[in-house]
Amino acid sequence: MFSPARAWREFPQRYRLEAAACSGCDKILYPPRRACPACGGREFSEVVLPKNGTVVTYTVIRVPPAGFTEQTPLPIALVELENGVRLMVQIADVEDPEALEIGMPVRLEFRRVSWDGEAGVIFYGHKAVRSTS
Amino acid sequence: MRDVAIVGIGMTSFGELWQTSLRSMWAEAALAALDDAGVESVDLITVGCMSSGLFTGQEHLAALLADELGMAGVPAARVESACASGGLAVRAGFAEVAAGLADTVLVTGVEKMTDVDGADATYALGTAADSEWEGFHGVTFPGLYAMLARIHMLQHGTTREQLAQVAVKNHANGLLNPRAQFHLKVGVDDVLRSTMVADPLRLLDCSPVTDGAAAVVLTTVDRARELAGDRPVVAITGSGMATDTVTLANRPALGELNAVKLAGERAYAMAGKTPEDIHLVEVHDCFTIAEIMATEALGFFDPGFGGSAVERGLTGLQGKIPVNTSGGLKSKGHPVGATGVAQVVEVTEQLRGESGQRQVEGARVGMAQNMGGSGGSSVVHILEVV
Repeated sequence: MFSPARAWREFPQRYRLEAAACSGCDKILYPPRRACPACGGREFSEVVLPKNGTVVTYTVIRVPPAGFTEQTPLPIALVELENGVRLMVQIADVEDPEALEIGMPVRLEFRRVSWDGEAGVIFYGHKAVRSTS
Repeated sequence: MRDVAIVGIGMTSFGELWQTSLRSMWAEAALAALDDAGVESVDLITVGCMSSGLFTGQEHLAALLADELGMAGVPAARVESACASGGLAVRAGFAEVAAGLADTVLVTGVEKMTDVDGADATYALGTAADSEWEGFHGVTFPGLYAMLARIHMLQHGTTREQLAQVAVKNHANGLLNPRAQFHLKVGVDDVLRSTMVADPLRLLDCSPVTDGAAAVVLTTVDRARELAGDRPVVAITGSGMATDTVTLANRPALGELNAVKLAGERAYAMAGKTPEDIHLVEVHDCFTIAEIMATEALGFFDPGFGGSAVERGLTGLQGKIPVNTSGGLKSKGHPVGATGVAQVVEVTEQLRGESGQRQVEGARVGMAQNMGGSGGSSVVHILEVV
């Protein structure tokens, strides 16, 4: 399931945060879709997501799924970026999980996401780190 | 549409059934329901199952199971909507009888979860989330509900203790259910001291990994009256289903379960009922927060008051609206594909007056609410003595 082909196919979104802006209603879709869920439009232009945002909600995973057993406790959050797009990401560089909070400003950084799956693929993507602004 | 009745019910005990295979559990529940109905042949079999592939390496399940009962030849369909697969199997059977496509349907749900280890079970359940955009990052089901819990606590002031009270109540009910996985009295302190799974949810906030199967036989109300003898005839008078965004990132309001609200409204409308008409409800308490949010979405309490309702005892066996008399997923156990059917078994038994120590006196109208993933789908049924 976590195959090399899948990793490759998802590079534009994972590595470069490429999204689609609907030509009909300006809604930004991440990941891109064939049709805009807001207006049904099918014309899009490519945009890149901003990297600054805030934590909408979060948790710290103590019992991980297969593939993440080396990374627990694993802080993970729903982050809202400056343009209103929300995405699920890990929170990296957390020394004290108790210090996490809703509304915390974060910045997306390119990191290694997982590596101990059966396919032997190292997956990269973006994680959130606390920002001062 | 023809009126549809539940004429037979059956289920296995829920638990870690190491000695029993998926097909054997399923056949036990199916045979019990057929015997209870006094029916030997059916026109259709529906099977609710989330992931026999990931849990046991078996797909093509419905045909396999039809053959297991010597019913090869009978149409059989597996339906899947993650943890709402069982409820959807009930709805699929209901639709066929109502439409006149089938006169008698064997509706089943099954999940064999203990043939894989904990990490693989967590992974398999996690596939009910958005695999590419949530699962990729390592989030688990307790993790998604933990995120919803934090929002509910922030928006409504729901407390950590109120979440624990859900587990305390459901374990107390489970003590009265011989088929429950756990017969374990649990106190608030036990919940608050249990192992953290995904902050703020702890082990005793979570439903367990469970093996089990459940089945009901559906037919027309007219035929049910002939089969029922002196037992009450229980009909399905309302059926509602709805979806929501599977990905939490795409959901505008995280403090409510919109699929549950919509499915409930559709079931109420079909049955011509309101929340005040319901005498008991089985809700999908895969996590303690889910029960609180479901009771709000179904209109039993105003948004934000589900937590205090539990604390005030309004959802207890003697409360205003008894919730999860079976012990719920929390205590009875949660074999995911079987759960939605088992909820209907519990409500039917209550309406027949056969629930023993956990019987809700005078219950004539009940509801079952089943949910997939973190609220991405939900199925609601209203049952009545007719």
